[in-house]
Amino acid sequence: MSFGTVLRAGAVALAMTAPAMAETVKVGVIGPFSGPFSGSFGEPFRQGVETYVAMNGQPADGIEVEFIWRDLQKPDPGQARALAQELVAKDGVQYLAGFVFTPNAIAAAGISQQAKIPTVIFNASASAVVSQSEYYVRTSNTLAQVSVPTAQDALDKGYKTVVTAVSDYAPGVDAETNFAKAFTEGGGEVLESIRMPLSTTDFGPYLQSIQLKKPDALFVFLPYGPPTYSFVNAYRDNGLDKAGIAFVGTSETQEVDLQSLGDAALGLETGYFYSAAHESPENDAFKAKLKELYPNAEPNPATVAAFDGTHALYEMIRATGGKTDPDAAIAAIKGKSWESPRGPITIDADTRDIVQNVYIRKVEKDADGRLVNREYKTYEAQPDFGAQK
Amino acid sequence: MASLLASILIDGFAYGMVLFMVSVGLTVTLGLMRFVNLAHGMFAMIGGYAAASLITMAGVPYILALILAAIVAGIIALGLEISVIRWMYGRPELDQVLLTIGLVFIGIALAGMLFGNSLVPVPLPDMLRGASDLGFRVMPTQRIVAAVVGLLSLLAIWLLLDRTMFGIRLRATVDNARAAGELGINTRRVYAIAFSVGAALAGLGGVVGAELLPVEPYYPLKYLVLFLAVVAVGGPGSVFGSLIAALLLGTVETAGKYLAPGFATIGLFVVMLLVLSWRPDGLFHRKSRL
Repeated sequence: MSFGTVLRAGAVALAMTAPAMAETVKVGVIGPFSGPFSGSFGEPFRQGVETYVAMNGQPADGIEVEFIWRDLQKPDPGQARALAQELVAKDGVQYLAGFVFTPNAIAAAGISQQAKIPTVIFNASASAVVSQSEYYVRTSNTLAQVSVPTAQDALDKGYKTVVTAVSDYAPGVDAETNFAKAFTEGGGEVLESIRMPLSTTDFGPYLQSIQLKKPDALFVFLPYGPPTYSFVNAYRDNGLDKAGIAFVGTSETQEVDLQSLGDAALGLETGYFYSAAHESPENDAFKAKLKELYPNAEPNPATVAAFDGTHALYEMIRATGGKTDPDAAIAAIKGKSWESPRGPITIDADTRDIVQNVYIRKVEKDADGRLVNREYKTYEAQPDFGAQK
Repeated sequence: MASLLASILIDGFAYGMVLFMVSVGLTVTLGLMRFVNLAHGMFAMIGGYAAASLITMAGVPYILALILAAIVAGIIALGLEISVIRWMYGRPELDQVLLTIGLVFIGIALAGMLFGNSLVPVPLPDMLRGASDLGFRVMPTQRIVAAVVGLLSLLAIWLLLDRTMFGIRLRATVDNARAAGELGINTRRVYAIAFSVGAALAGLGGVVGAELLPVEPYYPLKYLVLFLAVVAVGGPGSVFGSLIAALLLGTVETAGKYLAPGFATIGLFVVMLLVLSWRPDGLFHRKSRL
């Protein structure tokens, strides 16, 4: 072996190790990766992030993103703050992301604000969240954002009277308030507002007493999983559909629950921001990659929120060349628009909250006999109606 | 007014029968055998998963799946009884609590791995779906099934405990295991069978109650308080007491939903508080050690 060969081999070896010297940008993701909320949020978060990375590679040449996952199973503000602090101080993350529950997102806002950590909220959907830190950006939705168009649609369908029945917790109350406000302002009447305890398992009596009030429609908001399942079945089994009381909902028929709801869900109409049946090349590409990586995963609103959240992170990382410059990063994402699998979305330049279409959908069977949310009406570019001006 | 009262009684009965079905197994294991069985919900969950898998994957008819699910839960319980639970009968209650809650956590993790973290529906045949017309209102058909299965189980347990040799042996063993052993009763076997029967009943309850308490990995923890409430109010060991307690709690909660929605769950616990401060051993506690 000549000296020249050794040199050349050395040069090749050096060239190959060069990417290892690239800028590594760390992103801390906080969410319920185990426990009762992992199926509806933790797993979709991870799948959304991984799918985006698989489709787009690294943000730019010489920049490598490393995601650090931290498990936070339930609403626990103290723990949320501690995890955020640890990620920033110990792991040295430049960005934070995730957050299912509003109290957790609000608790971590202090860290984001003081340490200037741009943070992408993947779920927490109370209006107040994004205003808590100047470095917060949201890619999910707010409850007002989906409830107000849903109320307008109910009025357009000619419903004059409704009863609202929501689970008695912050998001439920938020949805009820916003829906009722929009519905009465549009000339409708709310006959009764029922708040059902979170631990309710038997919804029959509520539905029977609603039936006695004979409203045109019933607006509901329930947590994902078991309560939604029991409620929808009770709605059918107590004959409210046959009595002509229409079901008006938002996230109840989301994809993670839809197949298990079964035929009871057929015909239900809801207003929400993402349907897996949305027809666009972006959504097709997203679904195909997701299926390739996770054959059993359902494309869910939470998956798309994390997918778009990763896009927002990439935008910020690209704008700052991977360097720590939080103000430039946030400035870069403000006012940005792009085509998401859900449709066109924009990060509002002032509020840093998402502006997006809200679709009115009806549950139908597709060609394969699977249940889908078929979009048939669009309320374009809806802002967060609950934002404090 | 009359129809409101009727509605409360009908819905309360229907809900109470579901409560009875999901807790009756616990009356046997906790009440009769005096084994602090916090893993009761796990056997109910096993029954639910077994029925769901049999129906969706193997196309087994609902009623057959119901019976097979109970058998599956019973067999798994028998295995656990022989391998771990058997050694815990004489131990302090804290040890039993720790063991069974540990089993629950293992069960949750396994269920999540095998069946995923979202709920699994137990599909009903068309016949049992939808509403049955009662004339002045409708009632979910599925609740009628729960009520019928509940009453049949009550009858079966009563026959088993009061009218068979096994019942006599079980009562003797529970009263005084040593004396029973001296008299030639195989107390180990009696305990094993009783535990397995309790779990099988839990499995049955898991399937029949799946419309109200959907089957998912966190089932055993989520509804534990509900099961314990029924058994505590009814009086541990009394199957009939559990039925009365389930109907009472079900009716109170239902009345709350009609009359003061929002306070319904509190109503249930207020009744529990009142009953237990009046009779700390429950409504139908047996005087002797059984």
